[in-house]
Amino acid sequence: MSSNIENILDQPYEAGFVSDVEMETFEPGLNEDVIRRLSAKKNEPEFLLEFRLKAYRHWLQMEEPDWANVTYEKPDFDAIRYYAAPKKKPKKDSLDEVDPAILEVYDKLGIPLQEQKMLQNVAVDAVFDSVSVATTFRKKLAEAGVIFCSFNEAVQDHPELIEKYLGSVVPYTDNFYAALNSAVFSDGSFVYIPKGVTCPMELSTYFRINTQDTGQFERTLIVCEDEGYVSYLEGCTAPQFDTNQLHAAVVELVAFDNAEIKYSTVQNWYAGDEDGKGGIYNFVTKRGICEGVNSKISWTQVETGSAVTWKYPSCILKGDNSVGEFYSVALTNHHQQADTGTKMVHLGKNTKSTIISKGISAGVSQNSYRGLVKMSPSADGARNYSECDSMLIGDRCGAHTFPYIDVRNPTAQVEHEASTSRIGEEQLFYFLQRGIDEEDAISMIISGFCKDVFHELPMEFAVEARKLLGIKLEGSVG
Amino acid sequence: MLLQVKDLHASANGTPILKGVNLEVKPGEVHAIMGPNGSGKSTFAKVLAGHPAYEVTSGTMTYDGEDLQELETDERARAGVFLAFQYPVEIPGVSNSQFMRQALNERLKAAGKDELDPLQFDDYIRERVKIVDMDPKFLDRSVNADFSGGEKKRNEILQMAVLEPKLALLDETDSGLDIDALRVVANGINELSTEENAVVLVTHYQRILNYVTPDYVHVMTRGRIIKSGGKELALELEERGYDWITEQEAAQ
Repeated sequence: MSSNIENILDQPYEAGFVSDVEMETFEPGLNEDVIRRLSAKKNEPEFLLEFRLKAYRHWLQMEEPDWANVTYEKPDFDAIRYYAAPKKKPKKDSLDEVDPAILEVYDKLGIPLQEQKMLQNVAVDAVFDSVSVATTFRKKLAEAGVIFCSFNEAVQDHPELIEKYLGSVVPYTDNFYAALNSAVFSDGSFVYIPKGVTCPMELSTYFRINTQDTGQFERTLIVCEDEGYVSYLEGCTAPQFDTNQLHAAVVELVAFDNAEIKYSTVQNWYAGDEDGKGGIYNFVTKRGICEGVNSKISWTQVETGSAVTWKYPSCILKGDNSVGEFYSVALTNHHQQADTGTKMVHLGKNTKSTIISKGISAGVSQNSYRGLVKMSPSADGARNYSECDSMLIGDRCGAHTFPYIDVRNPTAQVEHEASTSRIGEEQLFYFLQRGIDEEDAISMIISGFCKDVFHELPMEFAVEARKLLGIKLEGSVG
Repeated sequence: MLLQVKDLHASANGTPILKGVNLEVKPGEVHAIMGPNGSGKSTFAKVLAGHPAYEVTSGTMTYDGEDLQELETDERARAGVFLAFQYPVEIPGVSNSQFMRQALNERLKAAGKDELDPLQFDDYIRERVKIVDMDPKFLDRSVNADFSGGEKKRNEILQMAVLEPKLALLDETDSGLDIDALRVVANGINELSTEENAVVLVTHYQRILNYVTPDYVHVMTRGRIIKSGGKELALELEERGYDWITEQEAAQ
């Protein structure tokens, strides 16, 4: 039976193909000159070059963090290329000039960029290696006053917004990878929701790594003015290479009075092979600030890929009555390692946060939840509820929970629940005895385990996520 | 013949547990297998159902003309072998009705019949819950999660009612039930018995046999059926315990 389960688990990574697209790249290595060239290439304003250089100089003083419950060979930052972009530069308003080879890649991944083929209510910004290659439904969004474009375009067209908000939530001094990203970020997505506007469709960025030795350093910035609402989705895949690739992104969210940002991720970076060779190092800093009263930021993530994940989407609850949410499914198999969780920092009165974390470990993987709930002296009446559940598949993997709770206000309430379970022989036998085969059984068990999180995903993505977990997990009970 | 077991030997982790079991079950019959703790009676039920922890080392099990050993656990289930668990498993997040619908549809699919959509299934199950006198709100709850011991057992019989097996193996379904629950469960079993199907009741106590009348009673000790008789054998066991049979066996 256990060998059966292994088989089902070992489904191939379907997004692992490499495409032949003509690319322009920098030589590997990082110094101030590279940063200046990068900035010049993008025709960036002076403030941005300054921001990059300050970040770079700060980064040089920093040490790579090693407190996370992961072990890996530290990347050689001089072996990485900090710029890779398709040679054919498309005009952003039409797909006509996008390299057909790229369109094909996205088609193959099931994300057609031609608007008539797309899901009717999802606008996509496609980021290929470091550069945004297409953004769809721009007209429709513009009519609503929503700005949704690549980060580079935003730098050109809305420099005042970028200057105001870049680094305002994640300063370049924040941590080693945030500093590196601030110095060399390539592109990403920018979203601006004006006052009183409910974004008429889901916005989505699809990240694709293609070139072997490039680092991916995207920057996403979402600003939602008073009474605004936006739901944003992020998807990611990469080819199968047997070397490790670094992905160090920064995401910043700002929500003003009564505004709501819902940010969902389905992460399926290449995880390395069964022996742990290759795969993406996913070292990401994601943080949102609930600046205004009654504002809300909700993170939902389904993390299935990457060799090593180091990621803590967080909320700073500054506005009174603001709400932060974190719903997470993190699945690790084979040699994958994940150290992921959230930080909820309560500053405002009556702020509320909810953390639901579901970790699934199989193979010889290690899966850690690490989370901080901080109740500041000013956070009168603040409340947090945390639930961290782990599921073990087989007996060679590990699940760990590191909750940090810091309460400095006597009126604050913090609740924490945790559980660990195992898909065991008895549970599977129960399904089999009812005539349900192993594959369906595992998928039902996992879906049931993750129900509270899937519930938070937009419908199309919930289906996608369920399928993805099914593929990744089929066959790993022993 | 619905089930024919000949000289069945099975072991767990290399330790022999069943040491030559013989049993014949015809459609329409109710059999009770009784015996002291550790006699192998629960193991026998699990081996018939195809539990992965047990290895059949020799002997044969023929069900409905097919060699059971040639069928995987889930194939046996779809062919109409049902095991009511002594300790039903909890499945958080999977609703009871979702689970039963999936199970029923697998069975229907295997029989080449149309599957039931959620609405059709809902009509169907609302009728079936009456058999075990169960509150329909249990259908929306996660399978067995936060169910009391009695509710779990009732839920097993509900699944039997939904799946309508040809051969139902009830593993200590009576244990841990109060007298009212026992009566409900027993009535359910009686209501589901037909001329086409058969029930094998594995039990430690005679109690349930006051409500479900067996055609045959078998006594199992040390991995073998050492005595078979009619329902009066159960009463005798109730009165005299198991020791006299074991001694009789030892004397032979």
